[in-house]
Amino acid sequence: MSLQVENLTVYYQTLRGNVQALENTTFNIADGEIMGLAGESGCGKTTLGQSLIYLNPPMKYMGGRVTLNDHELPIADTKKMDDFRFKEISVIPQYAMNAMNPTCKIGKMTAELLESKKVSFKEVKAELDRRLDLVRMSRDVLNMYPIELSGGMKQRMVMVLSTLLNPSLLIADEMTSALDVSSQKAVSEMLVEFRNRGFVKSLMVITHDISILYQIANTIMIMYAGQPAEKASTDEIIHAPHHPYTKMLISALPRVGIIQSKKRLTSIPGTPPLLLDPPGGCRFRERCPLAIDKCQEVPPFIEIDNGHYVACWRQRNFTNLSL
Amino acid sequence: MLKLDHITKIYRVGTFGGKELHAVSDVSLEIKDGEVVSLIGESGSGKSTIGKIILRLISQTKGEIFLDDTNVSGLNGAGLKEYYRKVQGVFQDPFSSYNPIFKADRIFSIIHDEFYPDVGAQEWNDKVYNSMNAVGLNPEHVLNKFPHQLSGGQLQRFLIARALLLDIKFLVADEIISMLDASTRIDILNLLADLKSRRGLSILFITHDLSLANYISERAVILYRGYIAEMGVIEKIFNNPRHPYTQMLIASVPRLDQRWDKQVNVENRSVSTGYTEGCVYYDRCPLAFEKCKTRPIPLEIEQNHFVACWKVSEVHA
Repeated sequence: MSLQVENLTVYYQTLRGNVQALENTTFNIADGEIMGLAGESGCGKTTLGQSLIYLNPPMKYMGGRVTLNDHELPIADTKKMDDFRFKEISVIPQYAMNAMNPTCKIGKMTAELLESKKVSFKEVKAELDRRLDLVRMSRDVLNMYPIELSGGMKQRMVMVLSTLLNPSLLIADEMTSALDVSSQKAVSEMLVEFRNRGFVKSLMVITHDISILYQIANTIMIMYAGQPAEKASTDEIIHAPHHPYTKMLISALPRVGIIQSKKRLTSIPGTPPLLLDPPGGCRFRERCPLAIDKCQEVPPFIEIDNGHYVACWRQRNFTNLSL
Repeated sequence: MLKLDHITKIYRVGTFGGKELHAVSDVSLEIKDGEVVSLIGESGSGKSTIGKIILRLISQTKGEIFLDDTNVSGLNGAGLKEYYRKVQGVFQDPFSSYNPIFKADRIFSIIHDEFYPDVGAQEWNDKVYNSMNAVGLNPEHVLNKFPHQLSGGQLQRFLIARALLLDIKFLVADEIISMLDASTRIDILNLLADLKSRRGLSILFITHDLSLANYISERAVILYRGYIAEMGVIEKIFNNPRHPYTQMLIASVPRLDQRWDKQVNVENRSVSTGYTEGCVYYDRCPLAFEKCKTRPIPLEIEQNHFVACWKVSEVHA
């Protein structure tokens, strides 16, 4: 088991109180698994990714355990996490396009980055060249400034950099969102290729675009208002979801071939609750067409089928209920 | 009906403006009343530039624009203001479309002061309420609030309601749902479709997302580096894409009903030849041949389906 997260709770401290951005989150990512993480904005998907790598204020660790390859990660201690960052767990940040230092050449920046982790640039250089070839970038790129690269090229460069030390877990946060569809496809497929070649053991791909996940992910976890709602294999999430939120979310996605005048899609009425003082019980309760009295208690995130986890009191009855 | 006639936009770039950047080249296009046309392209294709030219936010280098047979290219002052009664735009980022210091509904009172100074307060309020109902907002919930108190979807509807106050005929919708969540974006799309069928509004829907374009529009225009690559009825473009660029684009769209075809390589050719006279897709096109060093002429290969590609023209010659 590569990554295990148990009851992880992370809040944002504000003057008006704690924003409960991530509450009692429990899930696993297996070796070689690409897990997609999706949900509406403000559902806590970026907070989850961020808390596994660098918990900077106002984020505050409230409880829970994170284990990577049987080592517990000291995620509350940003100093101790230095031993793991980049080597064991690495990230491709949101807006990776702007992640590179504009004033220094990419090669120099890479060398400095490796040096800070006590790795010699010369030893890694051969591997770096091979990986640049793999992502179809010229080796000359190391002598260029970031401004000389296009968006897709920068994204690929950051991808090569982040995975250079073969981390066990790579967190890719919205890495394809700012790209054109053609580069989106190229970059996504390279991500899968990196996994296949063992450059990274497992991957967490955070995005709001579920159709990208359908192309590359093995499993998808859907989050709602700071909590996981459902996690299952990609095909089950897309074709046979159990949680009412997942169902409504998937059916609201326009697809090629659906035309408004012939089939009108519907959205999910209402808005997610404010996380400053969220209602008790199931957080989807107020928007849920199937809510019952029982939903005033927090539903457990339980495995209802092999590898299929759902947090909903009514999940057993769903097959008969159409939304 | 809005008609673009051979629109070209050239920007002067470089230190002393010595270089030219052709953002839009020779684009001709007609949008009939009550029609939704999607303008599809990647970044740098010139799709937003065309939207801004229609809205007269920037001026074209060459070409003319006609609204119902009136040439609007040279409008200014009072004439331009009259034009804005009929043509309005909504843009990608609803959060930066507002002044955060003022309440969001200030955009309505600006319209009142500028365009309808003679309308009384009571009558105007009714008009605002009607307009807000038309976009599916409950005035009680959203009026008298600051932009940060409203969600992106609500702000975007506000902007559409504002456009509707003017009784517009034509709406330029530039990536209006790309910043919204999946659960709310479909509402805005349905709203546009309703406005089209109920009010006969024409919409230019600018997007990079082909599945959205497919959902809402009747016709699509595929742009590549300022040129129209392919144009026609949306089913024909989707089911029978002929331009190599359109084919690549459609193959790269992430879909929920089928997985990517590993065989379609999206970057099989990436040589910078520096040809500026020929087909703009030459550098990336897997089918390029000698003739592609001259500019392809759009050809109507079937009814309402135009393709600008020599390879396709050869087959249909």
